[in-house]
Amino acid sequence: MLLETIRLALTAITRNVLRSFLTVLGIVIGVAAVIAMVTVGQGSSEQVSANVESLGTNVLILRPGTRMMGPGARNTAPAFRLTDVQALEDLESLSAVAPVVSTSETAVYGNTNRTTTVTGTTSAYLETGGWQIARGRAFTPTEDRSGANVCIIGETVRTALFGATDPTGEKIRIKAISCEVIGLLTAKGAGSFGQDQDDMVLMPVRTVQRRLLGTQDVSSMSMQVAPGRSSDRAISDIQTLMRDRRHIAPGEEDNFSVNDMKELASMLNSVNSVLTGLLSSVAAVSLLVGGIGIMNIMLVSVTERTREIGIRLSVGAQASQVLMQFLVEAVVLSVLGGIVGILAGLGLAFVAAQIMAIPFSPSPGVVALAFGFSAVVGMVFGYFPARAAARLDPIEALRHQ
Amino acid sequence: MTVPLIELRGITRQYGSGEALVRALDGVDLRIDRGEFVAIMGPSGSGKSTAMNIIGCLDRPSAGNYLFNGVEVATLDQDQRALLRRHYLGFVFQGFNLLPRTTALENVELPLIYKGQPKAERAARARQALARVGLTGREDHTPSQLSGGQQQRVAIARALAGEPMVMLADEPTGNLDTRRSVEIMELLQQLNRDAGLTIVMVTHEEDMAAYASRLVVFTDGKVVRDEPTRARGA
Ligand SMILES: Nc1ncnc2c1ncn2[C@@H]1O[C@H](COP(=O)(O)OP(=O)(O)O)[C@@H](O)[C@H]1O
Ligand SMILES: [Mg+2]
Repeated sequence: MLLETIRLALTAITRNVLRSFLTVLGIVIGVAAVIAMVTVGQGSSEQVSANVESLGTNVLILRPGTRMMGPGARNTAPAFRLTDVQALEDLESLSAVAPVVSTSETAVYGNTNRTTTVTGTTSAYLETGGWQIARGRAFTPTEDRSGANVCIIGETVRTALFGATDPTGEKIRIKAISCEVIGLLTAKGAGSFGQDQDDMVLMPVRTVQRRLLGTQDVSSMSMQVAPGRSSDRAISDIQTLMRDRRHIAPGEEDNFSVNDMKELASMLNSVNSVLTGLLSSVAAVSLLVGGIGIMNIMLVSVTERTREIGIRLSVGAQASQVLMQFLVEAVVLSVLGGIVGILAGLGLAFVAAQIMAIPFSPSPGVVALAFGFSAVVGMVFGYFPARAAARLDPIEALRHQ
Repeated sequence: MTVPLIELRGITRQYGSGEALVRALDGVDLRIDRGEFVAIMGPSGSGKSTAMNIIGCLDRPSAGNYLFNGVEVATLDQDQRALLRRHYLGFVFQGFNLLPRTTALENVELPLIYKGQPKAERAARARQALARVGLTGREDHTPSQLSGGQQQRVAIARALAGEPMVMLADEPTGNLDTRRSVEIMELLQQLNRDAGLTIVMVTHEEDMAAYASRLVVFTDGKVVRDEPTRARGA
């Protein structure tokens, strides 16, 4: 009899193709939307977490100007000098201080070229930025100080200029400088804002200052807090020192800012979790819309289905048999819609992950939740009106308008 | 004295309440024995359909007793009444009540599904029943592809296919032309005579009532006449 019931249900499904299709569509939309959105949200938050890990721990950034002063005001705050770097290096709470001065230049090798960010710094930058040397070596202390024509390149620049070959020992030209590639950085991938972190060339700070920019300015510094020291303590040491060096009177505002990278990262993380929350609520709405769609179809067809139930009862069907048929029908439609919805959702999420360059990480919990919700809606609204109808005297069901 | 197959005692069926109270049946007493062919006549609104629905266990009376083969139907639960319909009763509705978008064959098979007959046997019996009402070749037509008269004959075939003990037909020839009506009446008469099928049939036409062996007339929810007919075609 169960086999017969399943057959009855399948016949009923194929008999009203439009109704079945709309029901399945409601489930598909709900399930697919939730899975796609939550998967994308999760992927991007995983991406952010990975970036936070790659930032290195206890790194502080010193910039001229303050956060409060707004964009235009920053220009009026004087830049730093290399003497500031030396002064900061003397602080016990810091273990590494890397000056940063950047410019956008075109690097040429043979007949290939690449416009990239050239950063003037010291080997301390490798420590504060959490960089590894994949091939070759870092700057020597002499190179750091003297302004030698040497450079370390990122993976993107290497690929653009050298393809897969070993770049160390080769010479590249940047503006008028011919510099020797002494090292290759291990690739880091995309940063928190989707920027390519490997698209850069490192050169000794003095080389960039003198030969590329013609300045003595240092635009920012990245610093490593010494092991065992708190970053709060380090920040206050830096503030005291810099206020003194920049001759800021007591009560006057700082004209520089020190930021904890971790803080920045966690801010980014919270922005991301807000985004994930937003995506989830949109997903929840789609689920609801899908659910209402299913509900509508089911309720609209109640009259016809009630008459059908009346006919079945009148020829001798028992209420339980009719209900079993309707339940099987709802289950078949839900499972069908659920499977299509899961595939569509995962497909969408996969494509989105490729485009956004974030990890594709589907969560079984969400898949189960979305599917469960739609299935329950489908079953409840397919089943309960049927149950109400099956309890009627056949003639009542047949009279249903 | 044998137990009558159908016995109505003081059956009342009312709809609504207060001002709007309608007494569709008002104390109907009726006994129908096995093998009878009863025609029910009466003006529109006199309660004929209401009585048929109660006899067919599709509806329940407001008061009174209905005994089917000596069993008080009011003591049966919903599932037991379903079994009664399934195994003993065949109903032809005034409005046909066929499943939409479903072929004539599948409509006729419906009672057989619930009788638990296997697919092949079901199809064979349904075809046979359709052939009896002259619908060979129309098996795969859905109700919307059939005329009113053809739908009515599908409804008759459905009631016959289950080989019931009692056939309850509410104006089964209402949509048929005279020639078809006569064919159906002759079929019913033959089933009544040869297979001992008990038939209760509502009709508006004296000519059709004449095929029955007994005439019951309803007026205002009461039985006002109950007499043998001058059997015709016998
Ligand atoms: N569902 C109902 N609700 C209210 N009144 C009804 C209902 N069904 C029938 N009636 C009333 O009961 C009376 C008998 O109806 P019915 O048995 O259909 O008459 P007949 O079949 O003899 O034409 C009529 O007055 C009709 O209006
Ligand atoms: Mg009537």
